[in-house]
Amino acid sequence: MAGQSQERTGQTDVEFRSVTKRFGAVVAVDDVDLRIRAGSFYSLLGPSGCGKTTSLRMIAGFEDPTAGEIFIGGEPVLGVPPYRRQVNTVFQHYALFPHMDVGRNVGYGLRQRRVPREEQERRVQEALDLVRLSAYGRRRVWELSGGQQQRVALARALINHPTVLLLDEPLGALDLKLRKEMQLELKALQHQVGITFVYVTHDQEEAITMSDRIAVMRDGRIQQEGTPTELYDEPANRFVASFLGQSNFFEGELLEDGELAGVRTARGLILWGRRPGSREPLAAGSRATVAIRPERISLAGDPPADAAVDRETATLPGRVLQGTYLGDQSEYQIETDALGPLMVRSINSEGLPAAHFGAGAAVRVAWRARSSLVLGI
Amino acid sequence: MARSTALAPAPERRAAATAAAGARPPTDRATRVVGAVFRGHSALIYLFLYVPIALVILFSFNAGDFAGELRGLSLRWYGEAFGDRFVMKALQTSLIVAFASATLATAFGTIAALALQRVPPALRAVYDGLTYIAIVIPGIVIGIASLVFFVNAFDWFNPLVGSLWPGSLGEAPVLNLGIPTVIGAHVLFTMAIVIVLVRARLAGMDRTLVEASYDLFATPWRTFIQVTLPQLAPAMLAGYLLSFVFSFDEYVIASFVKGQDTTLPILVFSQIHRPPVTPKINAIGTVILTISLSALFIVQLIYRRQTRQARALAEAAAAAEA
Repeated sequence: MAGQSQERTGQTDVEFRSVTKRFGAVVAVDDVDLRIRAGSFYSLLGPSGCGKTTSLRMIAGFEDPTAGEIFIGGEPVLGVPPYRRQVNTVFQHYALFPHMDVGRNVGYGLRQRRVPREEQERRVQEALDLVRLSAYGRRRVWELSGGQQQRVALARALINHPTVLLLDEPLGALDLKLRKEMQLELKALQHQVGITFVYVTHDQEEAITMSDRIAVMRDGRIQQEGTPTELYDEPANRFVASFLGQSNFFEGELLEDGELAGVRTARGLILWGRRPGSREPLAAGSRATVAIRPERISLAGDPPADAAVDRETATLPGRVLQGTYLGDQSEYQIETDALGPLMVRSINSEGLPAAHFGAGAAVRVAWRARSSLVLGI
Repeated sequence: MARSTALAPAPERRAAATAAAGARPPTDRATRVVGAVFRGHSALIYLFLYVPIALVILFSFNAGDFAGELRGLSLRWYGEAFGDRFVMKALQTSLIVAFASATLATAFGTIAALALQRVPPALRAVYDGLTYIAIVIPGIVIGIASLVFFVNAFDWFNPLVGSLWPGSLGEAPVLNLGIPTVIGAHVLFTMAIVIVLVRARLAGMDRTLVEASYDLFATPWRTFIQVTLPQLAPAMLAGYLLSFVFSFDEYVIASFVKGQDTTLPILVFSQIHRPPVTPKINAIGTVILTISLSALFIVQLIYRRQTRQARALAEAAAAAEA
């Protein structure tokens, strides 16, 4: 199975051209364009009802788009039934066949394609080895734990060497510890088999951990598409900034747009921040948001007398409302006169005493203007 | 990913349940008296239900000549019953009727249940209502209706065929009441039983199993054979056995449309009216009971197995989520 990625890198495995899907009056997917590179781990990320699962089902062939075109491996697939598509799916609740044992579940796809019996047996064993269930071929599927069922579902799909493997929140039913384990395992597996993975999830951390690229969706539209780093550091809008990780948001009126933009916040303070690379232009005078990640703010014990803000840095006096010690880091709720409440996260690295500031402590809050972003509402 | 995670919670939960059941709240005298009265009442109800049946079975082993008094135990009357040409003929008729009606009911009932999946919901409610009516409708109504229908149909059919039949083929066939009409009338309500059972199973079936099968390159027909049908098999088998039982001991409908043929229940009923009533009747009754209970026992086994599997799957999922 390995080695396919090298040959196919650079090609596009899945492509959406202006795809729209309506269910009655509801628009589930709204004019979406999408290109998924061969051999990549691609996530569709978004809250429930954002259209990510519908998109996946259209790739699998369970739904047909209302408008637009879909290509898999360069071929248009409109009207091609799911059983003639070179894609396989790992379903959310696995959908293992309860009347077949593990081996027969895994070999199901090969039997439909009338692969010779000896080859079937060999490949079933290979697939079970791959997901580390070598000795489980004769087990009944309902005797397995959730994590094992999940891996059977994976083996059942991968055994067919699909062009694209679709995964519909496959880790959703697992507990946290198992989920972390499986995240790494899935990523390693994808690397090993070199098949394009399209992964649907509402869990931003899961998407960031595993994906090469992520498309963040909301209300049937793609909000932003890019690498995890791009999405985290250069979110295109407030939704993406709030969906991936946490941010402090301060709304206000845009003074001027440019590589660096100024925003007059509700309490009159003017904050400067960087505009993301993939920005949609904003008119001066329109509403804008300054977004600051809590870990990009530094705390110190020497509060300044007044707020000082320029194009380089922002420094504010503040008071700790609550400090939560989390071991490796501490999380603070800070009240500032100039901006209102603010969340700060500081890493408890070597040299710093842990849980530095208690409630009521007067602190200096500071960040570099380039660490904050100015986004549209 | 320890294997035990799936199974661990089950014994714990059972232990907790037993503990809860064992630790009764402290009771006063009045509560105990009420409890004793209720338990006594339940016991009486079940005595009332089962003593007559137990007596029928007990008296079937009677060594004496009369069904009324017990004089020692023997298998004498079973021998008499199985040696009786009329009894064996009636048993054979009843088995033919039961097998045929169960087979037809299962085949057509399953097809109907599958077809109902594709009917618009409003219309489906109407069909569901009609299905339940077919089950609860009194046997005597089905009996009369079937008789009237068959007689009229044959009155119209037989002369027509007779007049068109080429003489070179010999005698024209004449349709009459008999085993086939009993089968037809029984299928009327046994099919409804199969429809209800298969529909319930279809409703409980995981729709994504079918999608998973499509996803793994199986065409709709192969999906039906490899996924849908095996999923329906327990319900179909249960429907088959229930149809068999209902048809095997059915009296009222059969008495209307049996024509010259005699089923076992009809034979028993006619013999009771012809004294002296011997324990042979009890022996026949016990045989009917044994056949029916065996079938019901198998149905029970099927459903137990099915729920056990469903519970095991659910527990694995719950253990993973916990």
